[in-house]
Amino acid sequence: MRSRALSRIFTTDHRRLGILYLYLALAAVMVGTILSLMMRIHRVWPNLMVPFVGLVKPEDYLAMVTMHGTLMVFFVLLIAPQAGFANLVLPEQIGARRMAFPRINAAAFWTSVMAFLVLISGAHIKGGSAISGWSSYPPLSALPAAGPGQGLGMDLWLISIGIFCIASWLSAVNMLATILGERRAGMTWSRMPMTVWGWLVTSILSLLIFAVLLAAAVLLFSDRHFGSSFFIPLGDMIDGRIVGHGDGSPLLWLHLFWFFGHPGTYLAVLPGMGLATSLFANFTRRRVPGYRVMAGGLVAIGGLGLVVWGHHMFVSGMNPWAGTAFALTTMAIAVPSTIEVIGWLAMLWGGGLRLKTPMLFALGFLSFFIVGGLTGPVLAQPALDSYLHNTFFVVAHFHLVMGMAGVFVVFAGVYYWYPLMTGRMMSETLGKLHFWISVVGVYGTFLPMYFAGLAGEPRHYDRLAGPATSFSTLIPLERGITYSGIVLAAAQLIFLWNVFASARRGRVADENPWQASTLEWANVAEFGRIENGPYEYELQSGGERFHPQWETAAKEE
Amino acid sequence: MYSALSLLLTARHVAWMPPDGSLRGPIVDRLMFWNLIAIVAAAVIAHLWLIVALIRRRSTSRNFPSPVRWGLVGVFCVMYAWMALTAQRLWAANRFTGPSLTAMHVEVVGEQFQWYFRYPGPDATFGATRPQLVNAAAGNPLGLDARDPDGKDDVVSSVLVLPAGHEVDLQLRSLDVIHGFFIPGMRLKENAVPGLVLHLHFTPEKPGTYPILCTQVCGMGHGRMQARLMVVSPADYTVWLDKRERALQQQEAGE
Repeated sequence: MRSRALSRIFTTDHRRLGILYLYLALAAVMVGTILSLMMRIHRVWPNLMVPFVGLVKPEDYLAMVTMHGTLMVFFVLLIAPQAGFANLVLPEQIGARRMAFPRINAAAFWTSVMAFLVLISGAHIKGGSAISGWSSYPPLSALPAAGPGQGLGMDLWLISIGIFCIASWLSAVNMLATILGERRAGMTWSRMPMTVWGWLVTSILSLLIFAVLLAAAVLLFSDRHFGSSFFIPLGDMIDGRIVGHGDGSPLLWLHLFWFFGHPGTYLAVLPGMGLATSLFANFTRRRVPGYRVMAGGLVAIGGLGLVVWGHHMFVSGMNPWAGTAFALTTMAIAVPSTIEVIGWLAMLWGGGLRLKTPMLFALGFLSFFIVGGLTGPVLAQPALDSYLHNTFFVVAHFHLVMGMAGVFVVFAGVYYWYPLMTGRMMSETLGKLHFWISVVGVYGTFLPMYFAGLAGEPRHYDRLAGPATSFSTLIPLERGITYSGIVLAAAQLIFLWNVFASARRGRVADENPWQASTLEWANVAEFGRIENGPYEYELQSGGERFHPQWETAAKEE
Repeated sequence: MYSALSLLLTARHVAWMPPDGSLRGPIVDRLMFWNLIAIVAAAVIAHLWLIVALIRRRSTSRNFPSPVRWGLVGVFCVMYAWMALTAQRLWAANRFTGPSLTAMHVEVVGEQFQWYFRYPGPDATFGATRPQLVNAAAGNPLGLDARDPDGKDDVVSSVLVLPAGHEVDLQLRSLDVIHGFFIPGMRLKENAVPGLVLHLHFTPEKPGTYPILCTQVCGMGHGRMQARLMVVSPADYTVWLDKRERALQQQEAGE
């Protein structure tokens, strides 16, 4: 009995690992959400005592921001859509029996867990967690004396990120090898589901960018403990003491970090874009128009994503000519993104949508991707970004286009693949309730932030007052954001209930409950050579037909 | 049309950009406005499209025509090109060239969690500073070297006072960590990075008081790292600077 429980946990079975990854992301998203609620409440009622914290001090607020950002980006958005869903269905979708390297894959999961534990242990130590934000700019992050939390808290943050890099790298090696080497006969490039294209691009990006982030983390750790000066300039002072003895540059960190950071945000959405494409095809019963263009668009977004990092640095002291170059590459990325969005809209135009819960969440993803994404070309302009940079406009932008779009597509995936995990269906009624309350909550929370940003409100301020300015006219807006945030978070309780209750009481799922055509819905042992494309749905005057990918020679019936 | 709409927005208490006080600011505002109009229109059209798709119950079997799809992509490419070109022209005008030769110079120094502004005085030359000499308690927050005669007349202030209508070149420095120097009312932002001296030039036009905010998280006091810009008439500016210079001379004489 005990050994069975152990083998369930220390498994090399990819589907089990996928579920474990999703549990890890769930743990992170719960902590991250509670932190965001604490911040929202503190901004509106600054004198309220918060349970377990008491009165929130400025450094507590900054520690919350840092922890919220790190958890949500690294342990939710870089885990759930990638390692989580890929482990769940990637081998089946390409007709493979298993991953290429099951042991490396399992090791990657446990390494991620270790990174998570190291990160959250920072909350319990003297000085608290790091306060320098998820991007950890030096010298603030390089010098323990620069603030509370910058001692042991910052060390733990760096170690956690270092471990996370190794985990993601291992995971990506396995994923790439699986896609390249384990495809069943007949599973050609143009027969791969769009999710697999997403994972192909993200695994290549992961190999490139996590190596750079790991190097940056090692250099920063060395600056902190071994007396090097990669990021600390000559004569730098903290607390009246000179600490800069070498001749480093903080800008080096910005370049290294954003070389990781920008493609990193694409890891969060590219698999989701693939999944949304699959769901739109399934729930409209239509083929994907311009499959090659849509797949090529994902590759182009990934490729261009590697050369746009400088748009985070327009006002960082980078040469203004470099700003122009990065503005143009960033603008170029809007083109494949537009191609994807117009492709989706074209699929939906014909109507007759089957509005099951996974489809609703995919539509929500599309809505946020549009509303968040369209502000991208505004922020890509250095002349405008030099007003908007580090204001709430940016906060609204990335929470919509990466955060909420990313999370909604994860919800879509959980509702859609739930039968594969449990053999049962999630409740449609609760799912729809969850969707509609969440959509209202998301827009109520993040749309007003665009206006706060236009009014000039900077990020990372724990209060809306100060010696020079008071954003008192923004307080009603801020209150509305907080109320919406509470509604949004509360709606997730419906989801949690649905996930755990449906595992026992949900309707038993049919063999192919969504009438899907991709291979994860068939028994991998039973089919031979692949002869169909991934989305062979057909609407005809007499009704509809579809040809799943496991079907052979049935087309000419 | 732009000014009418922005007036309407302000009158309706919509959170909008604060009143602008700089020479080039209105160009930024106009560009921002039209960019926002363009993307709001695109977002609204996309959502109307989605709503139509949602309410069309009868499904058609015809595929969406491919030329229309590419036509729409083309329209967006034109929009992106327009956005890039117009904004790049402004960026080039603001940042590719330095200030005019007649611009005045002020040094801005960020330090956890305080902004300092140094004026070069009548000799128009900043005195040398050394980090070893920094001692805020002894009245030398920037580490001015007393042996350098150029620094004798340097005025250090915690308020940025500037004459209206005169171009100014700010040189940004930081003593410790990266700070973000942001004057919303001048549509101006640039980081102050330790180890670098970064230049930023602009012309304040309208007299008044404008907040200066730190926009790069710099430690526990980040949210309170605020200062004021006071734009005054050239005559008032001369009076203010003379007063500070006299105070400096008296202080020296006293020592």
